[in-house]
Amino acid sequence: MPLVSEQTMEEMFENMVTARHYEERLQEEYLEGKQPAFDISAGPIPGELHLAAGHEAAAAGVVQHLRDDDVVTATHRPHHVAIAKGVDLERMTAEIFGRETGLGKGKGGHMHLFDPDVNFACSGIIAEGCPPAVGAGLAAKKRNTDSVAVSFLGEGAIDQGAFLESLNFAAVFDLPVVFVIEDNDWAISMPKERVTDVENGSKRADGFEMPGVRVDCDDAIEIAEVAGEAIGRARDRNGPTLMEVQVHRRMGHFMGDPETYRPEADQEAAADRDSIERLEADLRDAGVTDDRIEEIRTAAHDRVEEAIEWAKEQPQPEADAAHEDVFVNPMNGVTDSEPDFEAIGGDD
Amino acid sequence: MAESKSTRELTMSRAMVSAIAHEMREDSEVFYMGEDVADYGGIFDSTQGLREEFGYDRVMDVPISETAYLGAAVGAAQVGMRPIAELMFVDFFGVAMDQIYNQMAKNTYMSGGNVSVPMVLTAAVGGTYNDAAQHSQTLYGTFAHVPGLKVVVPSTAYDAKGLMHNAIRDDDPVLYMFHKRLMGIGWMPAPEGPKTPVPETEYTIPFGSADVKRAGDDVTIVTLGLHVHRALEAAETLADEGMSAEVIDLRSLVPLDTDTIVESVEKTGSLVVVDEDYRSFGVTGEIVATVADESLGALESVERVAVPDVPIPYSRPLEDEVIPSTKDIVSAVQRTQ
Ligand SMILES: Cc1ncc(C[n+]2csc(CCOP(=O)(O)OP(=O)(O)O)c2C)c(N)n1
Ligand SMILES: [Mg+2]
Repeated sequence: MPLVSEQTMEEMFENMVTARHYEERLQEEYLEGKQPAFDISAGPIPGELHLAAGHEAAAAGVVQHLRDDDVVTATHRPHHVAIAKGVDLERMTAEIFGRETGLGKGKGGHMHLFDPDVNFACSGIIAEGCPPAVGAGLAAKKRNTDSVAVSFLGEGAIDQGAFLESLNFAAVFDLPVVFVIEDNDWAISMPKERVTDVENGSKRADGFEMPGVRVDCDDAIEIAEVAGEAIGRARDRNGPTLMEVQVHRRMGHFMGDPETYRPEADQEAAADRDSIERLEADLRDAGVTDDRIEEIRTAAHDRVEEAIEWAKEQPQPEADAAHEDVFVNPMNGVTDSEPDFEAIGGDD
Repeated sequence: MAESKSTRELTMSRAMVSAIAHEMREDSEVFYMGEDVADYGGIFDSTQGLREEFGYDRVMDVPISETAYLGAAVGAAQVGMRPIAELMFVDFFGVAMDQIYNQMAKNTYMSGGNVSVPMVLTAAVGGTYNDAAQHSQTLYGTFAHVPGLKVVVPSTAYDAKGLMHNAIRDDDPVLYMFHKRLMGIGWMPAPEGPKTPVPETEYTIPFGSADVKRAGDDVTIVTLGLHVHRALEAAETLADEGMSAEVIDLRSLVPLDTDTIVESVEKTGSLVVVDEDYRSFGVTGEIVATVADESLGALESVERVAVPDVPIPYSRPLEDEVIPSTKDIVSAVQRTQ
């Protein structure tokens, strides 16, 4: 029996086409108001936008092993991971449009999405998601549950202290954490070989006596198999794993990136290798009909359109809301636990 | 009027780069390190053209390891080189704060003045383009707070060049904070003002020399960075209402030009401090306290305009609410009168 069932293949495919279509639509919305001159603060979606076209297989293959109680931290390029984790697509979209009903009431934006219902978070500073994932693993161990945590990072992040310290911390306490490097060969304009001598990032694991494994292509099925082993090991209390997946950056680092630094051949190679087409072919080989594939695709597209439509109808936040949510408790802390002197007879 | 041959209008980024290039030509010990500074030319154009002229060895792309490369700049400086290291966004200081706060800033003092750290740390600062809480801060107060760092903040191309020459030549560590919105980047339009005539020849602007950008009698507006331009715009509006505002651009926080500020407040009696950093424990409080220390009697009224004590939110109406606008400055001035 194959390790990855037909149903799992379909689920991964659904996640991947949803993410791809979602980002194609976001791109259109983002560019509105930014034509002909690109002004980053104009249009319905302002600010930076990092799209993950070419990364979808890594998220789909890894996250399909996870439950809602498992924790995921993602990077500045988070949408494909969020979609695979089951983040509320409507509220995520509303957040990206900066609306009041967004996941963070419009305060976070696309790099700072939090959906505690499915234990998803992402953030904009390199490798900063690693320590909180380790913390979630620590909590699982202390509470004696079988939850696991997965931290996604780019290959550019493997040189950052927060990542390396997290590997050691997870290893020494045998924590149920899986670190997943999405290697797209580039950190903005810096090719991997310019900033590290290590071609295979999973080798970082060696120095921490931790299993390290690299998947050399963005084949969702192979990623799912390797991730299944790593996540299974974590769930069985057998400690952390570092895995790296070769993905492709089909677009600029962020919207508006002229990519003048990038050889055309590299761009073309990334465009040529499409993990979605590959999985589609695998589905056909497994006997899934064209109709069924089309059905999945249509459903994914409809879901995306509905989310975007809903988000655009949502109200903008009131300006005053900017002053709320710095704390959850009042500024003076939790004061109702102060002793009542009269009741305990402290004062006569 | 035709511009003279030796002066041309430059964006702030071009002016900054022209000073760096000049110093690199003069002194082979000067080099630049940062992420995306070579082929990309700096995400905010801070190094445009430098790699083409000086090559990868002197315009170095480095791993995303801020602790290592900022610390390496400290080390190279301590043995006599003159490194310039860039934090792509000042917000990333957190991953390397020890090197900045505990080495770059303190090694001179801890060595009894026997070690110097002649480096420049450049950092992009500021919001106004919806980049949210981790990419929009200025953190002026955070860096001016620790003893041992000189902190400069240009607001025009002319100042950017003169301050950069001085920063590279200074034997102490200098933090050079450039506001993204002022750089003249194609995709982030700058306001009127930062693009100025810049002489081709080298010149230095001494630290601790605030610039009176506009003279006035009724109120003193003290500010820096992007908000120099917003304050000047506010002063125009106020002039229409018959109020005469003096606008002071600090240009450096450390050292602080106390004399220029106090002299102005002694003339106007009213002080409005405008800052794109958080309100509490920062630049606004410091300027007010400094004036109170020096000349309490002169202070008839005081207003602070700053980011309320919340992280910078993403959504447009929310960000607009917290980052001081021209209108906020006008209202603050009106409250003092
Ligand atoms: C500590 C820190 N330094 C620098 C940056 C700026 N930055 C944002 S994304 C990026 C490149 C990241 O490359 P990689 O980790 O490979 O992820 P990718 O963008 O390729 O998905 C950099 C340098 C940052 N966000 N945080
Ligand atoms: Mg990368």
